Amino acid sequence: MQVNGYKPLIVAFCCNWCSYAGADLAGSNRLSYPAEVKIIRVPCSCRVNPMFILRAFQRGADGVILCGCHPGDCHYTSGNYFTRRRMAALFSMLDFLGIERARTRVEWVSAAEGAKFAATMNDFVETVAALGENKRLEDLRCKR
Amino acid sequence: METNKYLRKEIIRSSGVNPLKCMKCGKCSGTCPAYDEMEYHPHQFVYMVETGDIEPLMNSKSIYKCLSCFACVDRCPRGVEPAKVVEAVRLAVIRQQDKNHLKADDIPAIIDADADMPQQAIVSAFRKYAK
Amino acid sequence: MQRIGVFVCWCGSNIAGTVDVHAVADALKNEPGVVFSTQYQYMCSQAGQDMIKEAIKEHRLSGIVICSCSPRMHEATFRKTAQAAGLNPYMVEIANIREQCSWIHKDMAEGTEKAIILGKAAIAKVNLNAPLTPGESPVTKRALVIGGGIAGIQTALDIADAGFEVDIVEKNPTIGGKMAQLDKTFPTLDCAACILTPKMVDVAQHEKIRIFSFSEVTEVKGFVGNFTARIMKKARYVREDICTGCGLCTEKCPQKKVPNEFNLGMDNRRAVYIPFAQAVPKVATIDPNYCTMLKSGKCGLCAKVCTAGAIDYKQKDEFIEEKYGAIVVATGFNPISMEKYDEFAYNQSKDVVTSLEYERIMNAAGPTAGKLLRPSDGKHPHTIVFVQCVGSRCAACDERGKEYCSKICCMYTAKHAMLTRDKYPDTDVYVFYIDVRTPGKNFDEFYRRAVEDYGVHYIKGMVGKVTPDGDKLIVRGSDLIGNKQLNIEADMVVLAAAIEPDKSARPLATMLTASMDTNDFFTEAHPKLRPVESPTAGVFLSGACQGPKDIPDTVAQAGAAASKVIGLLAKNKLTGNPCVAKSDELMCNGCSSCERVCPYGAITYVDKEFRMPNRTTLVRRVASVNEAVCQGCGACTVACPSGAMDLKGFANKQIMAEVDAICK
Repeated sequence: MQVNGYKPLIVAFCCNWCSYAGADLAGSNRLSYPAEVKIIRVPCSCRVNPMFILRAFQRGADGVILCGCHPGDCHYTSGNYFTRRRMAALFSMLDFLGIERARTRVEWVSAAEGAKFAATMNDFVETVAALGENKRLEDLRCKR
Repeated sequence: METNKYLRKEIIRSSGVNPLKCMKCGKCSGTCPAYDEMEYHPHQFVYMVETGDIEPLMNSKSIYKCLSCFACVDRCPRGVEPAKVVEAVRLAVIRQQDKNHLKADDIPAIIDADADMPQQAIVSAFRKYAK
Repeated sequence: MQRIGVFVCWCGSNIAGTVDVHAVADALKNEPGVVFSTQYQYMCSQAGQDMIKEAIKEHRLSGIVICSCSPRMHEATFRKTAQAAGLNPYMVEIANIREQCSWIHKDMAEGTEKAIILGKAAIAKVNLNAPLTPGESPVTKRALVIGGGIAGIQTALDIADAGFEVDIVEKNPTIGGKMAQLDKTFPTLDCAACILTPKMVDVAQHEKIRIFSFSEVTEVKGFVGNFTARIMKKARYVREDICTGCGLCTEKCPQKKVPNEFNLGMDNRRAVYIPFAQAVPKVATIDPNYCTMLKSGKCGLCAKVCTAGAIDYKQKDEFIEEKYGAIVVATGFNPISMEKYDEFAYNQSKDVVTSLEYERIMNAAGPTAGKLLRPSDGKHPHTIVFVQCVGSRCAACDERGKEYCSKICCMYTAKHAMLTRDKYPDTDVYVFYIDVRTPGKNFDEFYRRAVEDYGVHYIKGMVGKVTPDGDKLIVRGSDLIGNKQLNIEADMVVLAAAIEPDKSARPLATMLTASMDTNDFFTEAHPKLRPVESPTAGVFLSGACQGPKDIPDTVAQAGAAASKVIGLLAKNKLTGNPCVAKSDELMCNGCSSCERVCPYGAITYVDKEFRMPNRTTLVRRVASVNEAVCQGCGACTVACPSGAMDLKGFANKQIMAEVDAICK
């Protein structure tokens, strides 16, 4: 995915039980999504500390997406509810800082939803690519 | 088999129907109240558009026998909407007759005077826009 | 500093087709900590694994990174390999360059670049890995089977025969499930009751099996090997231990107008009832919605006639808590509702029935005592039309039907048609079909027999409309091969309704944290290699709760589930997941944030003595994690305000390092 020759860098945190398996299913079904998406496996979406997301932005990521099980289907019963609340708080803080809300997203993708995973990633990369480079949060000292 | 790629594309576009969704169960023809009047039946419309064999449909009287009752649309388990295909074929014929569009104001005059315009086309147009 | 080995797998052409594996191996050679890097055609093969083992020994590796398929596929394989070479298995990390790289990207340069970045992230993580040792937990040697149909019965019998205790929880007053309602079974035409009821008796008499009938599981806690289930025994107002099942009460009860659910409401039962003659347990149940005594306090006839004194109007719902090592889900299926299918006149005419209703009509113990009579007027029908795929194979957006093929309808319709023609040769039988799907041993032969030997009229087409006309039903359908529309004057119409998972499955899945697909069928751990296990450890799947199944498939799967359960219960200890939370006591400030978010109650607070300067001590309240209970979700790590809580194997530093490697 390129907009005016610019490729965004996307970090995706995927829960091991649902979205990571969903990503595997997307792979098994050969449903393509942009190579700019790099997936990090976490045991549960609630393992994702808001610090990780800020760190990614600081290091030059243009978008961060967090995928977990559908509400009510968490492998650990309630983890994704924590995620939902924490990320609502984090995103409103990012809003306050002037970071475009569209650079961050929480999506629920189950292990059976390979097609949804690919569609979500395509859509997210397109959105972020349209926003352009992340400048506000990038730490200049980390500049490549 | 004769295929007309341009017409096929045009009919698929104007009807908004994807004939590949059809699983060929025949429920549309099983439900059609005008079946016996028609030379080509609803399921054949879908199949023949899929294969691009469209001229026979355009030359057939079947397109004016369709009542546009939408029973086939209602009951199709795959959501194919055969009546819309029939409608699109009908429109393709009408367009070739230079009757490109219909204005509401013209309609009474057409109904009264224009014998060329098949009545069924007017009825179905009303039904379509009223639905 | 770690000494890391990198192994890039070609996976034949699966990876090598879109990723330049040589370039990846070369690029990763210079990463910090990497001392060895290579590539090979199939890393998971014996030769590949041997290569890893040799490299570990030769280069004294302290950690390895495998760039291959998904860790969900072969992480366990490579961990075992590492262990065999003397390396801690948790020093292995997998970079997923197949499912998440080579299979989804078509451009070689793009794929290679991404594979290198994924490899770098895995290397960054391994650099911070620490050897982990899993804890052990005991296994409760008892299994819980939820659902008492043929699937649950077979699973329970197989587990019990291996010598383990089994509890069956069935929500209805008797076990037996759908199979007990069937008449004959395809393709051999054995009578369902003749092959099922002996098994039901076996269950009842088995010393290792307990049946909780008329009961439901209301809560499940714990984890594999150590589940605790709360079972609600609904009040049946009859003491199960005393009732002899003589049935006197069911004959004397004055409330005669209760729809009989066993016959799908086609006849009536009493307010006190035994579902059918061979019920197990053979115990009466009082229906509180209809019992005059329970509703108004006047009657009490059943208590008067009961010689055993088993009637107890004051009985309450009873709760039982029991520990289990494994749980088998066997919740089964139901036909979908035909209420919304107006075109088939299901609501308008009693003579339009579903196949399960037809099954009851054909059954000797059914509402017509096995005689083929129309529900409306009790006359013998002479023309019967069967409609297949009603509600199956619909578009995904269809709100009435299901997208999948229900699998069993073709065969039971052939069976019904054949039996009808066999018993009543004067009956004309028409079957409208879209496709006849008969994959199965002796299945197609069976269907052909219906056509060739029994003269069933199979019509390729679909019924569009059924119109009641006097005491007839006008069936309008298409005959696609004859290219005509048929109008059949029928006496009865039988709809092969799609099947759907039982409604109780969804709340149960939430309780068990087992995943489901969009149709509410339980998901298996792997669609091909682990078909009877749920992704949730210790939860197994049996029968139609996993997908539409006929009886042979169900019994086979039930046995497979049982063997998995036996394999689990045969172990004395389970090695747990070492990736659990760990609190740094020196940093913990005792705020209890982690304790509140832990879904398993694995965190407790203890007062601990700390040494302070000048030989003084200080007692502080700090978090302590019970490693056997912790499942490693990591909720506490984020909740912890002081950063004391961390997750082994997915530590803050490790994930940060992965983020850094990806963003570099």
